[in-house]
Amino acid sequence: MRKQVRLVFRHDGQLALIIAAMAIIFSIVSPAFRSTGNLVSLLENYSVMAIMAAGLLVVLISGGIDISFAAIAAVTQYVVALILINAGGNWLVAFALAAAFGGLLGVVNALLIYYLRALSVIVTISTMTCYFALLMFVTEGKSLFNLPDWFTDDLTFWSIPFPVLVAAIVLIITAFILSRLSIGRQVYGLGGNPEAAKRMGSNVLGLQCFVYGYSGLMAGIAGLVQAHRVEEVVPNALIGRELDVLAAVVLGGASLTGGIGSVSGTILGIVLLAILQNGLTLLGVSSYAFGFVTGVVILLSVSATAYTAKRQARSSARHAV
Amino acid sequence: MQSKTISSPVGARRATFTEWIGRDPTVTMLCAFILAAALVFGALTPTRFFSGETFRAMAFEMPELGILALAMMVPLMSGGLNLAIIATSNLSGLVTAAIVTSLIHPSSSPMAVAGVIALALLAGMATSLLIGFITGYIVAFLGVHPILVTLGTMTAVKGISVYVTNGGVIGGFPAAILWMGNGTLLGVPVSMILFIFCAVVIALIMTHTPFGVAVRLIGSNEKATRYSGVATNWMLVGVYVLSSLLCWMASIIMMARFNSARAGYAESYLLITILAAVLGGVDPNGGFGRVLGLFLSLILLQEISTGFNLLGFSPHLTEAIWGATMLFAIFIALLRNQWSLRLWRSKTAQ
Repeated sequence: MRKQVRLVFRHDGQLALIIAAMAIIFSIVSPAFRSTGNLVSLLENYSVMAIMAAGLLVVLISGGIDISFAAIAAVTQYVVALILINAGGNWLVAFALAAAFGGLLGVVNALLIYYLRALSVIVTISTMTCYFALLMFVTEGKSLFNLPDWFTDDLTFWSIPFPVLVAAIVLIITAFILSRLSIGRQVYGLGGNPEAAKRMGSNVLGLQCFVYGYSGLMAGIAGLVQAHRVEEVVPNALIGRELDVLAAVVLGGASLTGGIGSVSGTILGIVLLAILQNGLTLLGVSSYAFGFVTGVVILLSVSATAYTAKRQARSSARHAV
Repeated sequence: MQSKTISSPVGARRATFTEWIGRDPTVTMLCAFILAAALVFGALTPTRFFSGETFRAMAFEMPELGILALAMMVPLMSGGLNLAIIATSNLSGLVTAAIVTSLIHPSSSPMAVAGVIALALLAGMATSLLIGFITGYIVAFLGVHPILVTLGTMTAVKGISVYVTNGGVIGGFPAAILWMGNGTLLGVPVSMILFIFCAVVIALIMTHTPFGVAVRLIGSNEKATRYSGVATNWMLVGVYVLSSLLCWMASIIMMARFNSARAGYAESYLLITILAAVLGGVDPNGGFGRVLGLFLSLILLQEISTGFNLLGFSPHLTEAIWGATMLFAIFIALLRNQWSLRLWRSKTAQ
């Protein structure tokens, strides 16, 4: 366990160093990078991704994977926007509705995974297809533009944009759950060794409902924040983001086999992608090249992690002899 | 489980057709589904569903998804996954398209046209082989999880396509290439013939070559396979090279059908290929799966799509039904397992 903790810290440390180096280079080369305005808009651009990443992180730690969160975000966004347009409401109602509806769709995932005894990736691909296709079928792909004014007005708190504030609160809550609450520790246990977790008395069904429900809840909130930012609801705007978010969480050191991952790492993963994209844009590199650079960064990062783990395993095997 | 029909040594009597079908529960289930769907659609649109035109439309639409699903199936059997299949197809399609459109002019002689097409196809093949080799090398020799590697290659390869084309389209092909997507041979679409050819070759490779057996063993237990003397690393490289090769085949058909190549074509197929393979009985944990099952699941998906299209529903409803079919199939498989477990228990209790 201690070795795992050290591994996490080392991964975080490496990422932080790389980010710091990139930030220094970019701010020397391009003065625009240093400006507060740039940094704030950078944070705002990535806040929706950060909220979804918080949900996905919890699922990955539990040893599962959720592909359906972008579809859940799209469905929740549409349903909540319809209710707000027709019945009115305020931010409290909006958040409650988004959390409840997103969470509900997430729990459906959990129940299917538990009772069908199927792999989470297969079930969530199926539900993603169902949720999103039904949304497109019912709405016929029509966007909603007539959102209430209170919903689309820019909000800032102590000069922090509203999306950034929501993302920060969500990440702090996730970190608190994962590191301080019993249920968070049980999620790590479930991901590390499901059989052991079961024998220790963890309620697997309950945990899975929590994990996928949490991911759905985060997706719902992310959808709401996205609608607030772009001031419209486009049914297929969020689709296709699921693998981007997965890449960010994985860059942050979360393991696909479960049991490993941290909120701090996830934040660093997102910041890395954000700074990379922003810096390249400011340096005048075509935005079309960004995909290639991101892909190479993902490949280098996962290869380096696997390589160090392999070398460590080899050296510890030698010590054992 | 040692019944006469299952262990069939050389020289044993040939299994009858029903036995052959019944030996694989997935195949039985899919045949039942296909029949049921045919009856329902046939009852709702009697004259239009059972018509040559409908079958031809189905045969034209199936190969694209079919070859991509084969490309997904091979890594799935080895216990991996290839998320880069669509990106690989699009990039090799773009390479082929760029060569064809830049080197062929209206004044070119037929020989020159043939030569350029051959060159372009080879260049496309080389592109996909290179991508497959890099993916396989990282998966096998660095031991990175295939989802992560292919997520990276997918992003990078698509990035190259987008960067080179600025998101645009390369189009306008000679008739020979269009024929591969839209032509027919003896009334059968050429693309369908290509797909069946690929399916038979993959089926033979997976069942009748040491490579195929090794791939399935790796999917079941990689460590045990390595300790029994199989060069698992190079076999895994082969898996991703083979998968990429199929992507190249798919790219030709896609190019011909759209009469153009682009960085973002067919992206919605990515997760559908996984769904098709798993519905066809491919074990997502690796080790098990048959091309026949995949073929049947593709027929079922295509049947649902065509049937709903005839009934006038939007393609989105079709996709929702596909997702629901997948969940329903998992449910049936679970029931079947529990039922056979109970049967086994009651037998051993006696």
